[in-house]
Amino acid sequence: MPLDPPKPDKVYFFGTCIIDAIFPQAGLSAIRLLEREGIAVVFPQKQSCCGQPAFNSGFPDEARQVARRQLYTFNRDYPIVVPSGSCAGMMKHHYPELFAGDRDEERAFRFSSRVFELGRFLADIVKIRLIDHGNPLKVTWHSSCHAMREMRVIKEAKTLLAQLANVHFTELEREYECCGFGGTFAVKHPLISAAMVRDKIDDIVQTGAKRVISGDCGCLLHIRGALDKCGLDVETQHLAEFLWERTNG
Amino acid sequence: MAEPARFDFKKNIAKALKDRQLRKNLRSAMDGLRIKRQDVFDDAREFEELRRYGNAVKERALSRLPQLLEQLEQKCTQNGIQVHWAETTDEANQIVLEILQRHKATRLVKGKSMVSEEMHLNNFLARHGIEALETDLGEFIIQLDGETPSHIIVPAVHKNKDQIARTFHAKIPGAPYTEEVEDLNRIARTTLRKKFQAGQAGLSGVNFAVAETGTLCLVENEGNGRMCTTVPPVHIAVMGIEKVVEKMEQVPPLLRLLTGSATGQRITTYFNMITSPRKPGEKDGPTEVHLILLDNGRSRIYADPQLRQTLYCIRCGTCLNHCPVYTRLGGHAYGFVYPGPIGKILTPQIEGLSAAGDLAFASTLCNACEEFCPVRIPIPALIRRVRNESYAASAAGAIPGHGFRRNLMEIMAWKAWALANSHPALNRLGFKLAGRIGHLLPAIGPLKAWTQVRTRPQFALKSLHQLAREKGVPNG
Repeated sequence: MPLDPPKPDKVYFFGTCIIDAIFPQAGLSAIRLLEREGIAVVFPQKQSCCGQPAFNSGFPDEARQVARRQLYTFNRDYPIVVPSGSCAGMMKHHYPELFAGDRDEERAFRFSSRVFELGRFLADIVKIRLIDHGNPLKVTWHSSCHAMREMRVIKEAKTLLAQLANVHFTELEREYECCGFGGTFAVKHPLISAAMVRDKIDDIVQTGAKRVISGDCGCLLHIRGALDKCGLDVETQHLAEFLWERTNG
Repeated sequence: MAEPARFDFKKNIAKALKDRQLRKNLRSAMDGLRIKRQDVFDDAREFEELRRYGNAVKERALSRLPQLLEQLEQKCTQNGIQVHWAETTDEANQIVLEILQRHKATRLVKGKSMVSEEMHLNNFLARHGIEALETDLGEFIIQLDGETPSHIIVPAVHKNKDQIARTFHAKIPGAPYTEEVEDLNRIARTTLRKKFQAGQAGLSGVNFAVAETGTLCLVENEGNGRMCTTVPPVHIAVMGIEKVVEKMEQVPPLLRLLTGSATGQRITTYFNMITSPRKPGEKDGPTEVHLILLDNGRSRIYADPQLRQTLYCIRCGTCLNHCPVYTRLGGHAYGFVYPGPIGKILTPQIEGLSAAGDLAFASTLCNACEEFCPVRIPIPALIRRVRNESYAASAAGAIPGHGFRRNLMEIMAWKAWALANSHPALNRLGFKLAGRIGHLLPAIGPLKAWTQVRTRPQFALKSLHQLAREKGVPNG
């Protein structure tokens, strides 16, 4: 493992398309958390999607076309902070493969080396210290598969939650298991996806938590949709928004 | 050939998901296997080193596959084992039949072999008046019910004790109804013992074939494999050509990876190393040993450097045990011999994409399979490869049937997606429309599938792009 870089003065923020369209407050909270730590945040307006939906669906050319846009948009040497283990995993681990033999291969390598998942960035690089101003609250945590198995940043996210004095955190029994989102899988195989998310919801309800926190809005979109469909009174929230809400007192 | 009816994956999925007993049986069995595995690989660093070694052994063996197979043939022949080559399953079946007919054998006892499943050997032999009896307990159970294995290691994993009790009582003459495991075992043992004594030939698979010594290694827990390979006068071993390894010294680490990953055992109860038929003066063992080397599409897979990694598989089944999709469906829904993550990449390559390519789409790409694979097969990357080939334009694929999913709707949708995500003005317009009128979209196509079990996603009125502009977050 290369040594972590020192805390930078300036970072790029890659918002992810799901946060952009559906959870913008999560993105804004992440930007505010970084700015509060004295880091200048650049949000390039030309950014779009990491390309993963096409990459995983059998359309690598279209994925490359969209990914290339990000390579050229995030062209300076700043770290790229990404509020999603899945999008970060795509950009860090799959861009080199996607651009292998391409004219932008070298650019993709350099880009990938600068990608950080938000939770890990806050915990390890920023070494953020959080002071909880919120009321006592019971929460649970959902690990996205790519945060867990590609970016390997779950421990880091949990150290952030552990800093919140009034937050009582209970782990899921089957935290290791996928919630069944899987991007286009959720609509290509809705029945399997449904079976998986119902088990996930049961697990969430078992903890007695009022809120489920995750570092990935893809999973949250899926879990929230299923919780609402079942009429269950459990909230979902992205880690960044939760941290901002608890500490911005 | 009595091929199964046309594979209808969606129908199989719907059927499997409705079976609550199946879901319960699978969940409890998979939990048990996962926990046992974790206990024998409790040192993450040691496991990582071991599986890197396993990966290197398989990579090296595959890189010299033709030479190693020739060496294996030569060594086996020297040892008195008769070696046969089969390009197709039909050829392999024919070879088995000829051997049995030469010995006038009508009763074959079988140890567990997935390659024989690949050959649909039992049905083939039945059509020629030969009874093939499965002697592995799990295989024995499903054979009584006329089923195929639902798991490559635990073939009857879809059944619980009560279901087995009913099967035994109904299908084994004279067997009383009992739910006691000891009694069920006794019934199976007594029934099988008679069959071993009456068997005129035995058939087994091969876990590793060692090229330098011509040794066939067979891993098992019940002793039935040893019975099949030593009691009858003829032993026929069937193996896929990818099972050859270079050296004997590579076997112990591979064995540790296999048994630990498969059943959470440090070593199995039996480990058979077969090097020759009975020699003059020896008191037991078969007088003839045959080895059938089956290709069945493997040399085509071997020819592609990325796809070749599929052939590293040592058939431990741990990717099934850790797969959230397999855990919901069980093996029968996958419609072919090899279910689960390995089946999603292997079956489309063997059977062709138009027959089995859909399998690769039933994955969330959660990466659990890759995390636990004892020989580090990059299963998710290979699933993506199969998906890519499913949509690939002609002449751009290595897997038979490539491009079988190409359709104008999907191609246009992804082209439009790519366009919108590489032109900021279009992107902005898209978000504006989604925020304003997204809730008015009719619930058809993907949205219909989504809203079956989830509420409709609510697009934000202001995108993060817009919020960032309004709050003055610098653009560059």
